[in-house]
Amino acid sequence: MIFLLQKTLIFTIPLLIVALAGMYAERSGIINIALDGIMIFGAFSGALCALLLRRVPFFVDHNQLTFVIAMTVAAVSGALFSLLLSFSAIKLKADQTIGGTALNMLAPAIALFFIKVFFSKDQLEMTPAVNSAGSVKDFGYVIQNDKMNPVLSIFFDKAYISTFIALGIFILLSILIYKTKTGLRLRACGEHPQAAASVGIEVNRMRYLGTTVSGALAGFGGYVYIATVANGQATGAVAGMGFLALAIMIFGNWKPLGIALGALFFGFLKCLGVIYDQLSVNINGKEIFFLKELNLPMYFYNLIPYVAVLLVLAFTSKRSRAPKAEGIPYDKGMR
Amino acid sequence: MKEEKKGFLAKEGVRSVIASLICILGGLIVGFIVLVVLAVFNENISFAEAFKGIVTVLGGPFSAGSFHDAMFQLGNMLFQSTPLIMTGLSVALAFKTGLFNIGAPGQYLMGAMGSLIVALSIPTSVVPPVIVWILALLTGILLGVLWGAIPGFFKAKFNVNEVIVCIMTNWIAANVVSWVFKVTGDNFINYAETKVNFIRKTATNGVATWSFGLNDLFGGSYLDISIFIATVIAIVLYVVMNKTTFGYELRACGFNKNASKYAGMNEKRNIILSMAIAGGLAACGAALWCLNGSQDFKWETYLTLPADGFNGIPAALLASNNPIGVIFASIFLKYLGAGGSNLAAHTSFNEYVSPLIIAVIIYFAGASKLIKDLLARAAHKKKTAAAALADPTSRDPGGGPKEEPASGTANPPDEDSAKDDLIAEDENAEGGEES
Repeated sequence: MIFLLQKTLIFTIPLLIVALAGMYAERSGIINIALDGIMIFGAFSGALCALLLRRVPFFVDHNQLTFVIAMTVAAVSGALFSLLLSFSAIKLKADQTIGGTALNMLAPAIALFFIKVFFSKDQLEMTPAVNSAGSVKDFGYVIQNDKMNPVLSIFFDKAYISTFIALGIFILLSILIYKTKTGLRLRACGEHPQAAASVGIEVNRMRYLGTTVSGALAGFGGYVYIATVANGQATGAVAGMGFLALAIMIFGNWKPLGIALGALFFGFLKCLGVIYDQLSVNINGKEIFFLKELNLPMYFYNLIPYVAVLLVLAFTSKRSRAPKAEGIPYDKGMR
Repeated sequence: MKEEKKGFLAKEGVRSVIASLICILGGLIVGFIVLVVLAVFNENISFAEAFKGIVTVLGGPFSAGSFHDAMFQLGNMLFQSTPLIMTGLSVALAFKTGLFNIGAPGQYLMGAMGSLIVALSIPTSVVPPVIVWILALLTGILLGVLWGAIPGFFKAKFNVNEVIVCIMTNWIAANVVSWVFKVTGDNFINYAETKVNFIRKTATNGVATWSFGLNDLFGGSYLDISIFIATVIAIVLYVVMNKTTFGYELRACGFNKNASKYAGMNEKRNIILSMAIAGGLAACGAALWCLNGSQDFKWETYLTLPADGFNGIPAALLASNNPIGVIFASIFLKYLGAGGSNLAAHTSFNEYVSPLIIAVIIYFAGASKLIKDLLARAAHKKKTAAAALADPTSRDPGGGPKEEPASGTANPPDEDSAKDDLIAEDENAEGGEES
């Protein structure tokens, strides 16, 4: 049970942070369908950074520092990459869905192109490296403690440093968008940009801000995904996690609390698909792998999250409330 | 001379073609820059190599080396264009009806599954191969129609964004297809050639699309008549969408749902129909590819979606959603792809340059409305200038703006502000870009 919850948390974090990324963009009025691509790009640059840093023994000694640096690089590169989207959406007034699709195609192409040129491989692996003492070190967990009470151990045993940072950022940004002047202005630009402009808010600047924050979060989420879920492998794909995050954002009604619930729900389902055959209950000292004994193929568990999204969307569409002005290029003349 | 020139740019279709060409040029330039930058940072790669690289990409199948190889690659390029034309048509039709069909990969997989199962399970010793071929194609299309109808149903019934439903159905399809072939494995998986990752070729059951010697003509490639089938379908689609009431209704619903409802059309039915037809088209592409007879279909596909499904989007965008244009756009994309493979074979770069160039082209294609507007302005300016020159008394500003509403109906994605832009431009002759 503890194992399941720990794993769920690991799957939840990238979904949570990327869904928040989607929220920031859409609340400012830009549809960010490029979440998946930005994740791929962030994962690629984060992994590249980590690989290069870990050639120096100092950074292998200070694993967690390297982890955080790579995470930051991923976030920055995600933000830079998302400028392509905001530029086309704001300056060129292009169709945002098409711009996002272009980014989704561009990211794997860039990542794979450079990985192939420089490493002659199809994926980047953040493999364990040799530290100054001569022993081989992996990134590992920031805290590892087997003798902890069960509830605490969900959070503090076998935990990645990214989990705490991501949760902190999530709470901080959720408060920011509701309780600060900038947050209010950003939301106004997603609802009625002309009205916002009439009281002196610079709509385009707000939209650039929203998309850039979104890009940074998505890049960060992409790196967290490959570092914690995908065995440290950066390939030209993140298994559709970006799109799942987009669905979670819609499920969460473009609100942080809903997103948190959605991420937890889908993180659980997604995680179930991966570890269903390792789950066991201990009955009278006998370990029973109850899901494995159902003898359903892996595909069944893979299907569940996607089917669940469809069902949930069908039932919640009535109260769904998307930002009114999302996807519409801001036109001063429409005031 | 002047008359001819203004007429040239004033046509919506011509502007679309020019806009697409500008996008393509932009993509190629960015691709070239990437190669040059790489040459700067990598001592092993010289500038000459970068130049050779872009020439190789531009040469497509013709940069294969020998004449025979070039013919072989050309044949395969044309064959591989077939599924892309079909998915391109699928996406284009959805765009025309105001929907974004990003679900083509899923529909494609369902089509592949349906056609393969039928083509391999009906023994050709009992039923003539022609019948089996037709049945297989129809089954594939039918599955695609059903699969495409799902997003349409969700959109019409629950008002859920079709993009998200399409993406979910893609991954569901990927898992369902893997599941079905896993369960029925022994009947369909290619154990004979120990290629256990693939489904048996349909030719093993005597079912294969006729090639009438085309394959031999093109150096033993896979080319068959499926590209002609796709072409015919594209032409039929063009006629249906532009010349029939049915097509008009579909487009009207995409253009303005409420107005078409007011005009007495069943807008919900039309949305479902549009997506169903789009699904059928994508699935047909998969079926045509599989029924070639010599293709390996990877059945364990639950982690990946077919690239041809997604590439239907660039094909449709490059063609401005014109069914006839999709044929040329698809062949062009495959041409670049062949260039990419030759790039990997003959230079120190790799094949991922082609998707990179295509992605950049799409990025620019997103802004093609802007390009078209600029072209329209240029045409309009020339027209007024020419009119003023020819006869100062009869200045009528009608010519340019009259063209615009037509462009709007022909091309739903750029509905709203095309007219406004032009009117605004009339008012302030400066006509600069929005700052």
